[in-house]
Amino acid sequence: MALIAADEGEFVKNRAGLIPVWLSCWALLFSVQAAATIDAYEFNNMEEESRFRVMVAELRCPKCQNQNIADSNAGLAKDIKDRVHKLIQEGKSNSEITDYMVERYGDFITYRPPLNPTTWFLWFGPLIIAVLVGVGLLLRKLRSDAESDPTITTAQEQKVKDLMQKLEQSDQ
Amino acid sequence: MTGKRLLYLIPFILVVVLGFFFNRALNNDPSLLPSTRLDQKVPVFQLPTLKQPDQSFSHEQLKGPLLLNVWATWCPSCRIEHPILMELAKSGIHIVGLNYKDERTAALQYLQNHGDPFRVNIFDQNGDLGLDLGVYGAPETYLIDGNGVIRYRHVGVVSEQNWRELLWPKWQQMGGTHNGINSGG
Repeated sequence: MALIAADEGEFVKNRAGLIPVWLSCWALLFSVQAAATIDAYEFNNMEEESRFRVMVAELRCPKCQNQNIADSNAGLAKDIKDRVHKLIQEGKSNSEITDYMVERYGDFITYRPPLNPTTWFLWFGPLIIAVLVGVGLLLRKLRSDAESDPTITTAQEQKVKDLMQKLEQSDQ
Repeated sequence: MTGKRLLYLIPFILVVVLGFFFNRALNNDPSLLPSTRLDQKVPVFQLPTLKQPDQSFSHEQLKGPLLLNVWATWCPSCRIEHPILMELAKSGIHIVGLNYKDERTAALQYLQNHGDPFRVNIFDQNGDLGLDLGVYGAPETYLIDGNGVIRYRHVGVVSEQNWRELLWPKWQQMGGTHNGINSGG
């Protein structure tokens, strides 16, 4: 708004020529570009930048749940991004930054939950269930193997033979 | 045979287990995050006040018992709880405002229009103190005791019922004055 107002002022002052109009068009063009790069952060080297990308992808936005702060447009996500950037500039390591955020927002903020009494089931639950299912299947297999062992008496065997014979006769 | 009967029990067990988790999910608001700052001192800060930009306010001055209310003019829920804050302030409860990521002129105008329940307002335009406190949305209300230790955090609107059932007991526990809404009951 402020920019447009300023350009209009300029335009009124130099009403004679078309140049100011062109100038303001150019100004508008660049203002859009400036707005688009507001979210861009500057880094000293590639390594810092890639660390930043990793961190913002691994931090969960506390406001907009189930989104990481890289994807979120929430004001809070931007604040956290700014802080991550600042901490990287200060030479903090990734784990230090995670600890810093966990200290403020709790385990919720990280997509890599730490191993503690409230999260051990999260970490080992699937493994425990897989082992239980495996053991169950194994037991069932062993039992069915034991049960299906074919043991028939000679009388039964004779009966089967008789039946087979009858069947063959009826077929003819 | 018994094996088969156990097999028929599986759906029943499944229903019970799922029912347990569904019931828990019903009564549990996932957007309420526990504060990590409980029983800790207020983070170190130094920020200007809302009314006097050149006057600074620091963590050392934040000794209660007091309520620290995080608010902003862009926050519609803050408008809902404003009358309650007014009432609490009238009954003598010390409320400090944390004007969070707001515009100074808008905030001052807001207080002029709706009344000012705050003894002082910390002006946190960038949300720095908010981030250090773990604020993730306005309104939030912190109970801070005489040593500057955070004793409780309430996320969302302070309603009369909230105050009576949640905040008031905590307020008394940390030696808050016997004021407040329905303090007799």
